[in-house]
Amino acid sequence: MNAEIRPIRTAAETALSVANATAKGKLPGAAAARESAFKRFETAGLPHRRVEEWKYTDLRALMRDAKPLAPPPDAAAKARAKNAGAALAAVEGRRIVLVDGTFVPELSELAGLEAGLTIRSMAQALASGDAAVTGRLGRVVPTDDVAVALNTAFMGDGVVIEVAAGAALTRPLHLVFFNAGGSPAAVFTRSLAVIGKGARAMLIESHEGAAGSDYQVNTALEIAVADEAHVDHIKITGEGAGSLHVSSLMAAIGAQARFNEFLFTTSAAVVRNQLFVHFKGEGTVAGIRGATMLNGKQHVDTTLVADHTAGACISREVFKTVLDGESRGVFHGKIIVQQGAQKTDAKMSAHALLLSEEAEADSKPELEIFADDVQCGHGATTGALDEDLLFYLKARGIPAKEAEALMIQAFVGEAVDGIEHAGLRDTLIEHVAAWLKTRS
Amino acid sequence: MALLEIKNLHVKVDGKQILNGLNLTVEKGQVAAIMGPNGSGKSTLAHVLAGKSDYEVTEGTVLLNGEDLLALSPDERAAKGMFLAFQYPIEIPGVATMTFLRTALNAQRKKRGEEELSPPEFNRRVFDMAKKLEIDRDMLRRGVNVGFSGGEKKRNEILQMALLEPKLCVLDETDSGLDIDALKVVSDGVNRLRSPERSFVVITHYQRLLDYIVPDVVHVLSRGRIVRTGGKELALELEAQGYAQYQDEMAS
Repeated sequence: MNAEIRPIRTAAETALSVANATAKGKLPGAAAARESAFKRFETAGLPHRRVEEWKYTDLRALMRDAKPLAPPPDAAAKARAKNAGAALAAVEGRRIVLVDGTFVPELSELAGLEAGLTIRSMAQALASGDAAVTGRLGRVVPTDDVAVALNTAFMGDGVVIEVAAGAALTRPLHLVFFNAGGSPAAVFTRSLAVIGKGARAMLIESHEGAAGSDYQVNTALEIAVADEAHVDHIKITGEGAGSLHVSSLMAAIGAQARFNEFLFTTSAAVVRNQLFVHFKGEGTVAGIRGATMLNGKQHVDTTLVADHTAGACISREVFKTVLDGESRGVFHGKIIVQQGAQKTDAKMSAHALLLSEEAEADSKPELEIFADDVQCGHGATTGALDEDLLFYLKARGIPAKEAEALMIQAFVGEAVDGIEHAGLRDTLIEHVAAWLKTRS
Repeated sequence: MALLEIKNLHVKVDGKQILNGLNLTVEKGQVAAIMGPNGSGKSTLAHVLAGKSDYEVTEGTVLLNGEDLLALSPDERAAKGMFLAFQYPIEIPGVATMTFLRTALNAQRKKRGEEELSPPEFNRRVFDMAKKLEIDRDMLRRGVNVGFSGGEKKRNEILQMALLEPKLCVLDETDSGLDIDALKVVSDGVNRLRSPERSFVVITHYQRLLDYIVPDVVHVLSRGRIVRTGGKELALELEAQGYAQYQDEMAS
């Protein structure tokens, strides 16, 4: 044990140990996985600024305490979830609702599932020791990341989605993660999506919660995409203003597949979105994009690791961050091209737009290339709105605020336009407009 | 009645005096050409009228229709009828030309207390004007000026001018970078907009543009002041003799 050389444990770390001891035997299944995951946390502690991957998001400092695990939602909490996810109504997705981290079938649309689609509770799968689930858990893209370890140690519920080979879902699946905001609580959800060969699926996650409530979310999703499948995953984070939200996506993509990822983040006090994407089959085309719009004292971190083990994949990463007030935006993106991954074509760009003197953007793009026949590049910019462009718009009669809004929409639009689903794209453009309206 | 009245205008840019007591009156319906050598202050005049912020007015007044133009923000000036056709129109990626035009027109109409145009009426007007200026619809769907050639950008300026129906049109070296065919298209566009209610300030270095947009009056600008005023024949004289004499006059 090297506990002696670690700094004094923070209140949050201590509380997590207490919570672990208390929860022992009460959480559904996977006891061995939980135990080793918690050991990983105990050894490392909460990630802090001297851990390179967390350099700009010192979770040890940002996470002042650890909330107690959220109890299962009562009738009142479920009632409040009735309209959750309504902002995405235009997408006409199949709503799958989780309240305070618990899958709620009676709020979810489970009738008339398309052929080849199954949806079930993660808690039940874990409790029954379902090998199809436990065999994959933590193995889709293995990582020793501490946030993922904490998720594994405390995972309560979530959904298991399976799409059989060749099945094409006609409607998007919309996972609604609703935090009802009773007493301060911590929510650990873990989900798994297994998309069969040649299947087609669109998965939307939206995370929302009561504005005034104090809660912590640690959510993780593993997606296994088989060869020739086409998967779109969109995550919309609009949590309550006081919340802390840590999210991890582990996606492994087969050969000749298409994978489109989009992160849209406007709310939560602190957000860490981590993406671990593993290209393990040749000839796949992927778009990994995101737009983040911040104000006040928000802190949002997007951390991406795109690991190309197989060659001849094309990946495009485009991240846009708009920062107002005293907010802080972090982009940490790493593209790894392993030795055998010849003909990889990867381009990453991260752009931050500062709307105030007090906002801060940190960008850290990295390329690690071990193959010699690849095309990889990255670009990062941070700047204010261009005065000459604004003047051109104003000279045509457009008032300053509206001119700025047009330019901000254009800035974010470059990423949002990458979304193929027209209804979702339009909805997010409306989200952008709504955010702009809140600017003073 | 004078539409534009500039009196004793002094302007500094980056601490350097560019306009030195410029006086200029443009009558309603008049087309006034302003010619002058490089560095005489032509573009500064254009930008000051439009309200660019890094131009510091240290002295003087500018009245548009008797109203203090300098007290207004750029968008307020536009709503009052001021229009600048830029020498170097800017590209705005991500803002579709149609969206830009609609936003601009409706913002101006709103400020003047007028109704917004209905989308079909707006589209009809834009497409009609675009056709006359040989701008195809595909260009209107693109980002403002993005991927446009120099000539297309200038035609797009005239399209905006036609749509916004300003009272005072300031054309800043609209002829620069245009070949003869594009020059004709642009000039025809400008000439269609001439009316007893609308005035033009046509800023140019060369007389060539004035063959197509024939001015009522020609002013010579040198070292930040109008140093000579004459009829359209003055432009021909300048073309033949150059600007040297005006620079010498100032120097002596």
